[in-house]
Amino acid sequence: MTAEGVLDLFGALLVMAGAVFSLAAAVGLVRFPDALTRMHAATKPAVFGLLLVLLGVALTLRSLGVFLLLTLAVLLQVMTATVSGHLVSRSAHRSGQWDAAGAVVDELAADQEAAARAVPTPDAAQGPAAGDEPPPAGP
Amino acid sequence: MTVVIGISLGLLVVAACLVLWRMVAGPTPLDRIISSDVMVAIVIAGVGLYSVLARNDTGLPILLGLCLVGFTGAVGVARLLSSPTTVRRLFDRRQAMQDSDDS
Repeated sequence: MTAEGVLDLFGALLVMAGAVFSLAAAVGLVRFPDALTRMHAATKPAVFGLLLVLLGVALTLRSLGVFLLLTLAVLLQVMTATVSGHLVSRSAHRSGQWDAAGAVVDELAADQEAAARAVPTPDAAQGPAAGDEPPPAGP
Repeated sequence: MTVVIGISLGLLVVAACLVLWRMVAGPTPLDRIISSDVMVAIVIAGVGLYSVLARNDTGLPILLGLCLVGFTGAVGVARLLSSPTTVRRLFDRRQAMQDSDDS
């Protein structure tokens, strides 16, 4: 087998590894219970599976332009996948679509508590300063 | 080599069917948008598979475009979903804290 044949075979095997990652993500998406765990399964083919597939394409086509284009694609995906993952998980947390019983630590809830205490609302800032607005509670 | 590519194609088709099922059945919109992200990843893998099989690079700009805009749908839906409930919950929590401080 020539060297080019070996490179072609490696390229095809890498693409198959990427397809295996996609299948694993699909199975996780079907079987996991809530949105955050499904997202945990879904982000694997989006970054590492994509890296494997594009490495396979680069090994098969073997030219510098293709390699640069694929590097750009991987960089773009790494930059954008973080943004979408952050926003989707934050949205899942805030709308309560996750299983809080399985969580070990919940730092976002603690931060939100602290923020709600630290930032004064307009009526909270005016209420104690004015003094006479709230009706006095009877003893 | 052809066998390897055929196996990859089968894996991708099965994965796409499973993801499509979750996209139809998923109880919340977040599940659906996560499924849509995975579907974009599967389409990217399919375009890569075509490039390996046909040995040309005409599919690579498509791949680059998908990598570029694949996240916008998730961002839009996430912001749409989170804003009203978040505002409402923070408002309720502030009210509760104020009430407990006043008493």
